[in-house]
Parts: sequence; structure tokens; C-alpha cells
Amino acid sequence: MEVFLHQFLNFEIMQKVFPLLLKGLWTTLYLCVLVIPLGLAGGLLLALLSLSRRRAVAWTTIALVDLFRAAPPLVLLILLYSGLPFAGIKLTPTAAVCLAFFCNTSSYYGEIYRAGIESVGRGQWEAARSTGLSAPQTLTYVILPQAVRNVLPDLVSNTIEVVKLTSIASVVSFPELLYSADMARSVTLNSSPVVLAAVMYILLLWPLVRLVSRLERQVAAR
Amino acid sequence: MPILTISGLRKSFGTTEVLKGIDLSVSNRELVFIIGPSGSGKSTLLRCINRLEEPTGGGIAFDGVEVTDRSTDLNALRRSMGMVFQSFNLYPHMTALANVTLALRKVLKKSRDEADAIGREALAKVGLSDKTASYPSELSGGQQQRVAIARALALDPKIVLFDEPTSALDPELVGSVLAVMRDLKAGGMTMLVVSHELRFARDAADRVIFMDQGHIVEEGPPSAIFNEPREARTRAFVAGLLR
Amino acid sequence: MTAWERFLETFFKPELMVQYWPDILEGVVVTVQIAAAVVVTGLALGLMLASVRAYQVRFLNLFIVIFVDVFRALPPLVAILLIYFGLPNIDIVLPSFAVLWLVLSFVLAAFAEEIFWAGITSTPKGQWEAARSTGLTFSQTLLSVVLPQAIRLGIPPLTNRTIAITKNTALGTVIGVSEILSQATSAQAFTGNATPLMMGALAYIILFIPIVAVGRWIETRFAWRRA
Ligand SMILES: Nc1ncnc2c1ncn2[C@@H]1O[C@H](COP(=O)(O)OP(=O)(O)OP(=O)(O)O)[C@@H](O)[C@H]1O
Ligand SMILES: [Mg+2]
Repeated sequence: MEVFLHQFLNFEIMQKVFPLLLKGLWTTLYLCVLVIPLGLAGGLLLALLSLSRRRAVAWTTIALVDLFRAAPPLVLLILLYSGLPFAGIKLTPTAAVCLAFFCNTSSYYGEIYRAGIESVGRGQWEAARSTGLSAPQTLTYVILPQAVRNVLPDLVSNTIEVVKLTSIASVVSFPELLYSADMARSVTLNSSPVVLAAVMYILLLWPLVRLVSRLERQVAAR
Repeated sequence: MPILTISGLRKSFGTTEVLKGIDLSVSNRELVFIIGPSGSGKSTLLRCINRLEEPTGGGIAFDGVEVTDRSTDLNALRRSMGMVFQSFNLYPHMTALANVTLALRKVLKKSRDEADAIGREALAKVGLSDKTASYPSELSGGQQQRVAIARALALDPKIVLFDEPTSALDPELVGSVLAVMRDLKAGGMTMLVVSHELRFARDAADRVIFMDQGHIVEEGPPSAIFNEPREARTRAFVAGLLR
Repeated sequence: MTAWERFLETFFKPELMVQYWPDILEGVVVTVQIAAAVVVTGLALGLMLASVRAYQVRFLNLFIVIFVDVFRALPPLVAILLIYFGLPNIDIVLPSFAVLWLVLSFVLAAFAEEIFWAGITSTPKGQWEAARSTGLTFSQTLLSVVLPQAIRLGIPPLTNRTIAITKNTALGTVIGVSEILSQATSAQAFTGNATPLMMGALAYIILFIPIVAVGRWIETRFAWRRA
């Protein structure tokens, strides 16, 4: 037990590495602020394209989305980060991380939007168009508000996944929370920094996890 | 000799008392019909009898067993009391036959062949021999309710409790369910029926109970209750039904 | 050399493809094995936890809810690093594939518990009452009547979640599990060429695209009509 506490809950070490981890946490949040809005916007675009009446456009989009849903994000990341330089293209670490996450994240958000839009009945389109609203207006004022409401739990749930996803940027030495914690672990030869990072992730995401459960119950009760 | 004797039965939900001392006995082979306004406690009474609800006071004796005793084997008791619900409550993931045989296999531990034979017989009794392999979603409301009756009958119960078995049905489907209930009565089954099908009550019931606000207000043969009720509340309710 | 030739030379060099495809294939076998193990144990554990939760034992429920919330909030890579590098310090040494399997199973179990539990609570009360009125016990009702419906209800959301979690087998590369990505990156380091990496990516895509497509099909087709 003594050893366990010393190895995993060493407050002295935690205190020492706290500033470093806090810096990592900020980097994680910074990454989230870049990746989440990009993913939400890209996802909407993919959803609209995949619902296009032009078969070729729709099928190409769906194929692309499935491609990115089939490839593990870490594989995408490593391909972009250490593959592209061989072709003479050198992305900055931030650019590589953002691009890899964008491909993954927008595909997942896209699928959620699509399900949401499909959950709004055709009658809504027809009613709105019959009052003279244009297609973009119908989408903005009538369809999307209902669609988002219907899939809100999935949107929040996917956002949690995106925040968790940022931890794999540590693999390419991007100095976010997990990377900082793992650095601290290898320097101190003690696992307490990683425990501290885990606690930080849980504190950050636990409210969102609860929120998803509540939203899911609300949607189920409707 | 009554098979079911209820004495001073009380049931409260929180602070509201829904059954305020019910005394009722049902003889073997009798069909007792219960009517009363919405919220008067009819469903609660039926559900207390097989202890889907826990009574808060009073006693229920069924076939020589005290239902409310802690030592009573509840699952054995429930097996000998069939129950038919307003909303059928068929298991949607099972065929009609599987719905009927589940308790035979799990509770009575019968082999699949034996259970299937009993199940087919029960489904035949309700006129659904050709629907054994159908899923509930493929059956009409009337057919679903008849499967539910077969599910209760398959366990060879000593009494069947019906809670508004026809009120969720379209009018043209009601007849098929009532016909099955008539057959049951003719076969000598003891039945306790909550329903508002007056024609059926008139020609099949032995006795009609009128409940209001947790009390039994009046009881008697159908002709008495429907034609010359003594109590004003009964008269008003029956008049409303006949209109 | 044109840009196109250079691109081919970097990502699709034929000699390297021939030379390294057995390595990648080895990785595929490992990935498939771990993914299959994760799916089996994760779903089974999730179903078990949801069933236990139905008995409403306060102390057990608290444990289950905490377990579920933690593994939904914690990035799997954090758990993997913590266990892999932490446990040896207290003299517990687990092989890397076991760590990967354990962590991903727990993550899947957490999500599966949540989904199965939602299915159990959304099963109408009448189903319980009908079963109990024919003499089935609580456990028999849960097992024969409620769980089958809960499982069926849970299949569409679970499919996509399961795919996403099994893809995380790629995280094993960080702790040296010799799955596809790990084989690909070491071959890349050895040859100084991105072809093995591209082969690894393609292997994943060939492996998972059919599963993703099946998931898409299940989502639309498994709509459940209540009787
Ligand atoms: N589980 C419960 N919790 C709280 N109150 C309940 C519960 N079940 C029933 N009640 C209340 O008990 C009263 C009697 O309900 P019951 O269902 O027995 O009436 P009923 O005579 O069957 O009416 P109906 O004809 O509408 O079916 C009602 O006021 C109802 O609100
Ligand atoms: Mg009722």
C-alpha cells in the first residue's frame, strides 16, 4: 500500500509538476478550441453534401466519410506527421495535428448532423418551401434547429470524444496535457503525474458526461 | 365455498388512499364483473390480488392460501392466477407461441416439446392456431389480446383477472376477444373482469360490482345493477354508460 | 523526377510493398485478435454491469456508475500509459497486449453498460408486470423478457461505438504491441520511406471499411417496431 501511494499518489511530486501539467492543460484546451469548431463546420458541410440530390456528390461524400471513420485517427496523424516529410511537405506539428483531427472529427460530426436532418420529416421542408422560404433559409430557420435538438446528446457526446482524442497528439510530441504528464513521469520515474493528468481529464469531462446522460434521458422521454 | 376472499383490503400510494377497505368473495366458476368511474381503484384492486401492488392492509385468501403472508410463494401463486392487461403486454421479441410458452418452460420447467404442445392447445382455444409463428407486430390488436389470454390460460390458472381487456381495441375487434371470454365462462373458468362492455356483462356475468372512490358501493346480479340500482351513484354511472 | 513520380516513390514504392507486406499482415493478425477479444469481453462486461444495476443494490450501483463515468471521461491513451508504466513500479508486470486489451475492454464496457441500461429502463413497465403475473421471478424476467429487448434496442448505437473503440487498438503502438501501426512505423524507420506507413493505413481501411459499411446498414435497418 505504501509503495502504491508513493508511486501513484505522491503529492510532493504532483505539486512539483503541477505548473507543467497546467501548461499542458492549456495547450489541450487551445487544441480543442481549434479542432471542435473546425469539426463542427466541416461536419455540417459533409452532412449537406451527403444529402445532395446529385448522386455522385452524395456517394463521394459518404465514401470519404466512411474512409475517415475506418482509419484510426492515430494512423492518420502519423501518416501526416511523419509520412508527408518524405514527400518534401513539412507541416508544422499544430497543422498536422489539426488536419488529422479535422478529417476524423468532421466525419463523425457529419454523420450526426445527417441523422439529425433526416429525423426532421419531409413535411417540414415542404411546409417551409411552400411559404416561399429559399432552400438555405429553410435549412437555417426550420430544419437545422430541429435537427440539432434531436441529436444534441450525440453532438455533445462526440465533443467529449474529440477532447479525449487530443491526447493522442502526445504521440507526435505535441506538448498537450498527456505529453506533459508523460514527460514528467519519465523524469521523476513516478506515475503520479499521469494520475494527476487523468484526474484533470476527468474533472474536465465528467460534467459533460453527466450532461450527455441527462440529455439522452430527455430525448428518450420525448 | 369461495375460491377468493378479500377482506378489509386497503391500499395507499403515499398519502392518498386508493382502496379503503374492500370486502369481496368470488366463488368457483363465478364471473364477477367490476365497473366504476376512472380512478375508482379497479385496476389497483386486481393488481393487489396477485400482488403486483403490495396491499397496505387487510387480507386476501386464495384457494386456501393467505396471499399477503410473507411466507407465500409469490411466483407459484401468480402462476395460478392469470392476468390479462389492457395494453396486452406481449413480448415483442418473441413469437406468439414463445410468448405463451415462456413461463411453462421457465417456471414449470417443462421441456420445449411439452411446452409447445400446451402452448399450441392454448392458442387453439383462442382461435389462433394459424398464428403460432407470428410476432406481435404482425398481429391485429384483437389477435394480440387473444395471445395474451392464451398466455394466461396455458398455465392452467384457477382464476383469470381481466383489466379492461377490450378498451384498447377498435370496435370491430372487440367481439373476437369477448367470444373467447364467453367460451372460457362456458368452460367453467373463474373470472374477475374489469370492463365497460355492458352487453357482455348482462349475458355473461354472475354478479356485478360497482366501485367508487375506493369503496364497493353496490353489488348484485347484472339485471339488478343495470335496471334498478339502489344507490344514486350507481344510477348516475350506469345511466352514463347506457347513454 | 516529376511530382507524381516522387509521390509514388514515397508512398507506393513497389519493392518495399513486396518486402513488407508479410510484416503488415502479421500486424493485421494481432489487430484482429485484440479487437475481437475487446469486443467479446467489453460487451459481456457491459451487459453484466447493466444487469447487476437492475437489482438496484445501492453500493453496487454507486460502483458501477463511477466505473462508467470514469471510463467515459478518461482518454484511453491515458489509462494505457498509466497501467503500462505504472504497474511495474508496484511489481505487477502485464504484457503490453494485455494492457491494451484490458483498457479497451473497460472503455467498451462503460459505453455498453450505459446503452444496455438505457434499454432496460426504456422497456415498458407492462412487460415486467406481464412476466411477473405468469410467475416468472425478477431474474427470469430480466433475462428472458427485458434483456433481449434492451440488447436489440442497443444494437445501432453500440455498433458505431464498438467500431470506434476497436479502432483504438492502434494506440497499442505506443506501448509496443506489434499491431498494424507498430509494424508500419518500425518498417518506416528502417527503410526511411513512407510506403510501409501507407500500407498500414490501407490495411486499417481495408479491415474497417466493411465494418463501417455494415454499421451504417444496421443503423438504418435495425429500426425497431414495437408491438
Ligand atoms: N403507482 C401509483 N402511484 C400513485 N398513484 C397511483 C398509482 N397507481 C394508481 N394510482 C392512483 O390510484 C387511483 C386509482 O387508480 P386505478 O388505476 O386503480 O383506477 P381505475 O379504477 O383502474 O381507473 P381507470 O378506469 O382509469 O383504469 C388513481 O387516482 C391513480 O392516480
Ligand atoms: Mg384501470
